[in-house]
Amino acid sequence: MGAKSSPGKIKSAVDELYRTQSCRIFATLVRVIGDFDLAEEALHDAFAVAIDKWSTDGVPANPMAWLVSTGRFKAIDTIRRRARFNSKIEESLGDLTEPTTEIEDFDEETFKDDLLRLIFTCCHPALSPNAQIALTLREICGLTTEEIASAFLSTPVTIAQRIVRAKSKIRDAKIPYEVPEREALPERLDSVLSVIYLVFNEGYSASSGSQAIRTELTGKAIHLGRMLLKLLPDAEVMGLLALMLLHESRRSARIDNEGNLILLEDQNRSLWDRAKIAEGTQLVQQAIATQEFGVYTIQAAISSVHARAATVEETDWGEIVAGYDLLMQAEPSSIIELNRAVAVAMRDGPESGLHIIDAILERGDLAEYHLAHAARADLNRRLGRKADAETAYQLALSLAKQEPERRFLERRLRELNK
Amino acid sequence: MKFVCLGYADESKLEKMSKEELSALVEECLSYDDELRRNGHFAGGEALKSAKDAVTLRMRGGKVDVTDGPFAETKEQIGGILLLEAKDLNQAIAIMSKHPGVKFGPFEIRPADEEFMKMIEARIQKTAVKQG
Repeated sequence: MGAKSSPGKIKSAVDELYRTQSCRIFATLVRVIGDFDLAEEALHDAFAVAIDKWSTDGVPANPMAWLVSTGRFKAIDTIRRRARFNSKIEESLGDLTEPTTEIEDFDEETFKDDLLRLIFTCCHPALSPNAQIALTLREICGLTTEEIASAFLSTPVTIAQRIVRAKSKIRDAKIPYEVPEREALPERLDSVLSVIYLVFNEGYSASSGSQAIRTELTGKAIHLGRMLLKLLPDAEVMGLLALMLLHESRRSARIDNEGNLILLEDQNRSLWDRAKIAEGTQLVQQAIATQEFGVYTIQAAISSVHARAATVEETDWGEIVAGYDLLMQAEPSSIIELNRAVAVAMRDGPESGLHIIDAILERGDLAEYHLAHAARADLNRRLGRKADAETAYQLALSLAKQEPERRFLERRLRELNK
Repeated sequence: MKFVCLGYADESKLEKMSKEELSALVEECLSYDDELRRNGHFAGGEALKSAKDAVTLRMRGGKVDVTDGPFAETKEQIGGILLLEAKDLNQAIAIMSKHPGVKFGPFEIRPADEEFMKMIEARIQKTAVKQG
């Protein structure tokens, strides 16, 4: 290190550093500077200076510490400049000019801690879930407001305002930039996992509109999951990552060339990503071994039973029902009951599944849930009850918002009447 | 940092409780407040009488209108105010999550406006100096 290289080499070294490490440097700058926006400016200023200085002086021994230190000085300059117009701003300089850590102290541990601080702060329950998602995607995943807006079918202005308000809320509600205390950790971790899973689901299946899959979002969610797992080797983090990998493994088989939805039982399993399945399955086993797993792990375990079946006929439905039984114990819900009913139908025949779904609808639950009616329709179809199947498909269609799902239901209706 | 904690309760639920249940819960709250005093987190507070005893003042047609009852006819009404001293929101949340009052009903936690308080302090000093 320190050897002088060509400007081209330096630029690609800096680009690589930006691509792989800017998140961690940003996280540390937020702590050191105490402000998201200033930290973002400081990050970009620091990298700009790096391209310039390193071309003449070479890459420093500890490039990340160098960037943090440079970013800090740039932030001090920025604050001093603005203080000329507003004396109150000078006060915020206070701690910033006192370096609490030497350059050498910016090591792996520091960056890990700061990244955790960033993740937990962006996902703080005092912020609304939408604000948590927008902030996480912007500040940790580096998506632009345009990209976030297009993914969530919103406008850049709305997303930008949401992010500004979230940052103000962090400042005004006195949300500290810290990793939660051990007592609060399980609940706070739930918040984070929930944000990651919401991002994944948005990418995996849009809530309305014609595009069913947004690959970038699922990629970002998985990346977040991996990042979190390296920082916090917790069973449910493993479980969530496994669940996302197992879902993602079926991406190529899930939609045909015309954008139509293909059900699990009809998918071409040779298109499943075996590497993701292997990784997901291993994570499930690791999570279960800790004995401290929760709902994400159980869902991942169910998914892995599907993943290891070479054909739909070889699926171990008994094990899947057992998985749903566990899930119902951990977090009872009508939707889980519905999914369990579908598995029961596979294990014991359509009549048993129908029985359960009818009971759910009879007590008034899931009346507006299109998948409940689609499931009823399917079971009736298998029993040869065409009229009942048709009514149920129609009802499902009236409630379905997503294009591929609508096309699928329309196709089922056509097939019924052939 | 100061946080204002507004404790809400559904009075009809309280009325349904037995005297023993109610006084046990009140005792829990008072004990916890004592603990907060010992730890330096209690910066003040007040228990409120029933919302039925409230009176609301409102501008109507250029005059101040006085009406019987609380400001909003909601199921849950403010039953108590606690001023909390905590280092940040996370600590405030941790402390108030354990307050037995949360069994009565929700707590709304809001940071006190420090800027505003400083401004008021300054004003008070000025008038004190003037008079002194």
